[in-house]
Amino acid sequence: MQNSNFIYADNAATTKLSPQVLEKMMPYLTEEYGNASSLYDFGQKARTAVEKAREQVGIAIGATAREIYFTSGGSEADNWAIKGVAHALKKKGKNHIISSAFEHHAVLHSLDSLKDEGFEVTLLPVHENGLVRIDELKAAIRPETALVTIMFANNEIGTVQPISEIGEVCKENKIIFHTDAVQAVGNVPIDVNAMNIDLLSMSAHKFHGPKGMGALYIRKGISFRNLIDGGSQERGRRAGTENAAGAVGLGEAITIAVSTMDDRAQKMSAIRDKIIDNALKIEHSRVNGDRKNRLPGNVSLCFEGVEGESLLLMLDLKGICASSGSACTSGSLDPSHVLLAIGLKHEVAHGSLRLTFSDENTMEDADKILEAIPPIIERLRLMSPLWEKIKREEGNK
Amino acid sequence: MYTEQVMEHFTNPRNMGEIPDADGVGEVGNAKCGDIMRMYLKIEKGIIVDCKFKTYGCASAIATSSIATEMVKGHSINEAMALSNKAVVEALGGLPAHKIHCSVLAEQAIKAALADYYKKQGIDSEPILGVLSECESCESCASCEKQ
Repeated sequence: MQNSNFIYADNAATTKLSPQVLEKMMPYLTEEYGNASSLYDFGQKARTAVEKAREQVGIAIGATAREIYFTSGGSEADNWAIKGVAHALKKKGKNHIISSAFEHHAVLHSLDSLKDEGFEVTLLPVHENGLVRIDELKAAIRPETALVTIMFANNEIGTVQPISEIGEVCKENKIIFHTDAVQAVGNVPIDVNAMNIDLLSMSAHKFHGPKGMGALYIRKGISFRNLIDGGSQERGRRAGTENAAGAVGLGEAITIAVSTMDDRAQKMSAIRDKIIDNALKIEHSRVNGDRKNRLPGNVSLCFEGVEGESLLLMLDLKGICASSGSACTSGSLDPSHVLLAIGLKHEVAHGSLRLTFSDENTMEDADKILEAIPPIIERLRLMSPLWEKIKREEGNK
Repeated sequence: MYTEQVMEHFTNPRNMGEIPDADGVGEVGNAKCGDIMRMYLKIEKGIIVDCKFKTYGCASAIATSSIATEMVKGHSINEAMALSNKAVVEALGGLPAHKIHCSVLAEQAIKAALADYYKKQGIDSEPILGVLSECESCESCASCEKQ
């Protein structure tokens, strides 16, 4: 990476804004400050830029520009998709939603809020490999199922779901299919028509675009509720003055991401595989989630006998930015719901480490990370009564 | 997030290790909640001449263990019994609110080691130390956090 004292390996949290993207955004943050809804030519320049961006986003996922609605990010898009469809279909007696156990909280908490309103929710298990099973999806479908919402790729363990198959099942059963594709967009190929996706959420800052900008794709003809009442922006569905700079940034970032996807994926997966293969040489370690159906830049590991926050802080002292799903880092008493959903025991999940890469990372970064991890694990295990217990039990076997 | 003192004790923990012939050993916390603290005490004529710890947990769990050993080492049993989680927090220059339970664990670990010392002496520790609460689940930690 650029700075030799600093390795950024938390690209699932956020990515660096691309200089090319910033360059395209700058005019709309400075001289071109017109309101896209104004009639005069000065405003219409912003309008043109916003509509060009809408087109770029549509092209990137195989949709039309008219099916793209700009939002403030992934969480807003998830909330709107789920609540918007649920509320629209409730009138038709459809009050059941199918999702998975390890969705992002933007989805799970939206579902909780719908449950309070009387909706029923089925969460499919995701099994040890972090993948939903199509037969279990089929078995969960009821006549009153309104929506299936299953994430494209998981943010913690990087598993990529069988989206085309899920889409096919939903189409056959005439159920609306939403996917939270926040981690997938720009990293794996997406075609909403070929995959039968009806709604898709994305967030610009996950693929080198600006923070505070996202989009929801809504297939033409889907009935759903408006999000913000007010002016006629976003076809009257989400009122509020357009964020022209943000839209331009999203459009540019997604265009670059899609056009460079193959090269980047190759580079990132080489880093990923090297780290996983070598980290697994550490005793009592494991990789979380399926190794094949996995985002190119995602490494998710657990080291028994150590606690994730300590591990992260020690990595930070070595200039490595990573993340963990331990209770101490999740801000609750329990470790990450994702790691528990794939069947990990609490004490194993507490020792999790997530490293997520972009194409700015290098093999040299991988080497430095692999050099840093083993002595940290050893040091923490030396202090750990839990490690002592693990070794003692092993000796008794 | 953490004070300099916490980071200092986390990166250079004092008295980490075991005392093979310890006069008292106490362990609190559990793996499920993500922290286990074990304290070893060497006691001569009512004075804690040595104290070591082993801890599985986050940075504040390691830092509170480390500073607690310093706060009791060289002191009398009575002084060690009076060690409060509040004193541990103050010595570290403060802890984030959701990490206060680590200081409670440190206080409990010292008390558990003292209870073990009394037990080995054939003395009932209950009248001296009171009933030590078991840390069995995360719910019991939730009550610590209110302190």
